[in-house]
Amino acid sequence: MKEIDCFGLSCPIPVVNTKKALKDNPKELAVLVDNVAAKENVSRFGKAMGYNVEVLEIDGGWKIQLKK
Amino acid sequence: MSTAQYDSNGKIKLTSMVKTSGCAAKLPPAKLHSVIDNLPLMSSENLIEGFESADDALVYRVTDDIVSVQTVDFFPPMVDDPYTFGQVAAANALSDVYAMGGTPSVAMNLMCFPSCLDLDVMKEILTGGIDKVREAGAVIAGGHTIEDPTPKYGLCVTGFMKVTDVWSNKGAREGDAIVLTKALGCGIINTAVKAEMAEEESCRACVDSMTRLNRKARDLAVNYTIHAATDVTGFSLAGHGSEVAQASGLTVEIETDRLPVLPGALQYARYGLLPAGRYTNEDFLFGKVSFDEKISQEMKDLVFDPQTSGGLLLFMPEKEAEEYVEKYMEQTGLDCCKIIGRCKEKGDFLIKFV
Repeated sequence: MKEIDCFGLSCPIPVVNTKKALKDNPKELAVLVDNVAAKENVSRFGKAMGYNVEVLEIDGGWKIQLKK
Repeated sequence: MSTAQYDSNGKIKLTSMVKTSGCAAKLPPAKLHSVIDNLPLMSSENLIEGFESADDALVYRVTDDIVSVQTVDFFPPMVDDPYTFGQVAAANALSDVYAMGGTPSVAMNLMCFPSCLDLDVMKEILTGGIDKVREAGAVIAGGHTIEDPTPKYGLCVTGFMKVTDVWSNKGAREGDAIVLTKALGCGIINTAVKAEMAEEESCRACVDSMTRLNRKARDLAVNYTIHAATDVTGFSLAGHGSEVAQASGLTVEIETDRLPVLPGALQYARYGLLPAGRYTNEDFLFGKVSFDEKISQEMKDLVFDPQTSGGLLLFMPEKEAEEYVEKYMEQTGLDCCKIIGRCKEKGDFLIKFV
């Protein structure tokens, strides 16, 4: 699964980067974030774009898995 | 903090220099209270409202019947255009005096300015501020400027009024109607703008709203029986509404389908274009807020959304509220002023959204 690293980035940049990564409509994408707002916002964006969203805790943050 | 970006015309994009913007840059309320709640409370027989009451401005007795109302507010830019930023920051700072029922008399500039930026940018920001202060009928008399990598601007504002005319946030009564004078959602729209995902119509409505003085809302309201008042800023409708509920010893009930909303805000919320302050506001109010089951996630986002230069929240008798809203619309041509709820007997929650 392709991963994008959004550690250290504050909103709305993680959503912007996720949007770019979803441009070609991939089947799946993982987004790494390190703050609550980014975790919630990227999850919300993924859902709005029609992906199933799963959030896993990882060291120092979360891995958000978007799957179609 | 990144270095400054410029648009295709070479014009500075102020928000490229900041991490958080506008009232969304406020220190989260939980953090703030963990500090100020442990500081010694200073008192003076002339200090009528200090910071223990979470009111919008301090009230200090000057003579037997005259008080000064003082406030200070400044923040990093939430819009790219320097002149607009100056207007928004000034309108926001002046609002705290209006929220006490007063009118601003004198203001001072507070400016933090990056050494790498052209001084014309500073001039534009200050001109925006001057124009709003002039529109408010007040004067700017000096200020203070320091060098700082992140630009910030705001005002320290003072007004004078009769002590008997001061609106506090603690006088709301059961049965009062609650009036909000500006639409919600500017924190969300500013986030969408930063993501370059906002539509022109939303941006324009948001800037119009943020640059609008609460002067008209206040001037009209002094003709009515205002039991309590505040303005809706960084702590959101839920936060500022619950401050009044707490101070007045009752429960505030908001009818969400009556809330005025800026165009596009709910749609951007669905896409996760939400400022970090939206989440810290919800955390801080944990256990104090209840939502009816039918209320959508986007509506929750809206009521926790930190507002920059938001509207007045007025608590007044129902009949008068109806007339106030009608008159406001008549005199301004704007339909952003609504009765959004009522005050109820104190229940398990400070604020209920139905």
